[in-house]
This record gives sequence, structure tokens and C-alpha cells, in this order.
Amino acid sequence: MPAESGLNRRPETGAFFQRDRTWHPPALTPNYKTSVLRSPQKAPLAFDNTLSEITGPVFGHAMLGELDADLIHNFAGPGESAIGERIIVYGRVLDERGVGVPGALLEFWQANAGGRYRHKKDGYLAPLDPNFGGCGRAISSDDGGYAFRTVKPGPYPWPNGPNDWRPSHIHFSVFGHGFAQRLITQMYFEGDPLIWQCPIARGIPDKSAVETLIAALDMQATIPFDARAYKFDIVLRGRRSSLFENRLEGN
Amino acid sequence: MAQSLDRLKESPSQTAGPYVHIGLTPNFCGIGGVYASDLGATMVNDKTKGERIGLRIRVLDGTGTPLKDALIEIWQADADGLYNSPVELRGAADPNFFGWGRCPTDMDTGLCTFETIKPGQVPFRDGSLMAPHITLWIVARGINLGLHTRLYFSDEEKANAGDAILARIEHRIRVPTLIAERQGDIYVFDVHLQGEKETVFFDS
Repeated sequence: MPAESGLNRRPETGAFFQRDRTWHPPALTPNYKTSVLRSPQKAPLAFDNTLSEITGPVFGHAMLGELDADLIHNFAGPGESAIGERIIVYGRVLDERGVGVPGALLEFWQANAGGRYRHKKDGYLAPLDPNFGGCGRAISSDDGGYAFRTVKPGPYPWPNGPNDWRPSHIHFSVFGHGFAQRLITQMYFEGDPLIWQCPIARGIPDKSAVETLIAALDMQATIPFDARAYKFDIVLRGRRSSLFENRLEGN
Repeated sequence: MAQSLDRLKESPSQTAGPYVHIGLTPNFCGIGGVYASDLGATMVNDKTKGERIGLRIRVLDGTGTPLKDALIEIWQADADGLYNSPVELRGAADPNFFGWGRCPTDMDTGLCTFETIKPGQVPFRDGSLMAPHITLWIVARGINLGLHTRLYFSDEEKANAGDAILARIEHRIRVPTLIAERQGDIYVFDVHLQGEKETVFFDS
């Protein structure tokens, strides 16, 4: 990656690109009822990033445990494994310039194969899997790549409409290099008809934006007689070069 | 047609949902044994420099009810105003202060507590000093895009008066929504998602 190693010679300190708030779901999406009382109504205060937004915590690979990226085994008893369709989810963390974001902490959480979360607030009648916790994490490699192993989560009903079902999804939390890049989103699965009926997914105004959250089935990356693979890239805000800015912070 | 800029679009945000604890604070919600401890649960140790302070934060919805399923992350400078980040080029931050913390709101009271230190002042883009502040990032069920704001300190009146970000708030009546009230060595801060006291959130 010659281009990237050039950029990485010293840390990038430029401000992040303005966030395109029309691309994200608006705060108020009335069909997702909980947003009605939890959505700010006043215009947010706009300003170019200061050091407080440009900087951010960095997590080293040393914090990771051996099974952190293996949800099939990281909560399972000795010799046991989680029940469900075995899958590998892999992809890259990129920024809006298309360059890989190395060292990004990704955290994942999901329901089990029956659509049940291991959480006291989830009372869905599908059973808990004693060998499935539902959380995992990874740190992206030098080119922004990451991967984890899990079971495909099931869809589940939720108390929004009288008969609303969430499509199968995995939650992603991502840290980039600056706190302004902080992002939480959800990954959906190619071919799931529930995506287009979901008030949360459909809170995103642009259909092509929703499509960027749908992981593609990748039979080439599939491990025969073991696990299918889904590819899911995540894009964080890009950042300006500070080369031609004469008011460098702190100077 | 001109050349393409070859830019990608940021991945659109989706709500953290009601089960955010499973992913971000699994030990807090009873999923033990996967990670040794929840990330961001402890911010200071015996060697951390600076004045110890506590933060008591609540997030209130449009009816004034505290959220009991929210999660707050904070990011701040050390006692000398330096960030513990590779992007910080002004000097080395306190090695005993990571500067980042994470706390779910209590499932019964909605209260979020952080034990940290009072941050030093950090320069604005023009070199003027911003008042001591802590960046907040709030996610929850019903919040479609994580909310970014700041906590300033009630006993920093002079610094607050010179702060470049607070100065940008057109409706001055809203400035106090960003200022935490000191009670002993605790700062109390309510984030209002809606209503007359709606907190000033940021687009930055």
C-alpha cells in the first residue's frame, strides 16, 4: 500500500469532512416510534473540528483476547459451540477517500440464531442458546481489514407496530482515528425481504444508502463444509489534508 | 462531465438499539467471561495527574423521563490540556490517563457516573484557549445518529466566557444547557433531548 504508507509517515491531523446529514437517517423518523420523544428538534451547532474532535482514543491489538472475534466459541462451554448457520463476516474499514483505516476498534453484537438477545429486557419466546453470548470485537489490520466468525442472527418481532419484525442484523460500533468519526450502525444480509419493511432501516432516506449496509454473500471466501462468508465494508468520515492550512492547531 | 472525485459515502448510522450493552458493556449486562472487563469503565489510577472529579449525567426524553437504556462515551484532555492520541502533536499526554470513558445509564435510575479528572484547556483553531470541557457522545434506542455535545464546568466562568464554541451559540439562553453544576467534587449534568431546555448538540 504505497499511497497509504506515504500518508502514514506522520499522523494525519486534518479536520474531518463535513458529515452529510441527509445521508443518515434524520433524528425524527416517526415510523420508528421511539425516535419521537428522543429526537432533538433544534438545529445542531455547526463548527469545523477542533482538536477535541480531531483526536481520539486508540486501542492496541494487545487488548484483544484469543476468542474475541469468534462468537461461536467465546461464550461457549468447553468443547461446545453456538447453534446456527455458521458464517464469517469480513471486510475493510475505509474512509471517504477510499483509504483503509488501520487500528480501528470494531465491536459487534447480535441476537442468536433464533432471534433472541442475551439481555434481561428481551422477552422473546425463542430460547437462549447457552453457548452464545452475542458480542465480539476486532481491530483492523494495516489495510483496514477485519474478520470475525459467528452464527447468522435470526429475525425477531419487536414492539413498534403490532407486527413489526427486524431483519437479521449485526450491530457494529466503530472507532476511527478521531472521535468525530465515531459511528454505530447495523449490517443486514443480502436477499432479506424484511429489510425493506423495517422502520429502522427505512429511516434512511436514500435506498442506495440502505444498500451500503447490506453485506454481500461471498462464496469465494466461504470455507467449504464449514462456514459461508459475507463481505461488509464500513466507511468512516474522510479527513482533509492539513498541508495548506496555515492555522494548524496548537502552532 | 468533469473527473470523478472517487469519494465514498460514510456508512449511514443506525440506532444502537435497546441491547447496546451486549456489545459495548457485556459485563454490565451479565455476559461475563468474554472480556476481562468492560472497556472504558475505569479512567483514572493512583498516578493520574489532576483534580479528581465525578460526573453524574442523565439523558432525558421529551417528557422529562430519564433514559434507562442509553450509553454515554466521554473524551477529554489530561490535566495539562493534552489528548492521549497519536494525532496530538503538541506533546505527550499523561501516560496514566487514557482520556476516554464509557458508561451505560443505570437500568433503574438512568444515572451515568464517571470518575475522572478535570481537563486542562485545549486551544481552538485560532490558538485561543477553549474552556475546560469534556466531549460527550450519546447513543440509545430511538437515537438514529449518535449525539455529540460537550460538558463545560460551572466553576470556570471566566474561561467559559472566552470559549470559542460557547460564543457561537446564537441564542444565549441555551448556553447553560452545556454547563454542568458543581456540587462538592461532583458535577451534575442533565442532557435534554427535546423541549425548552434542549441541549445544544453539535454538527462538527
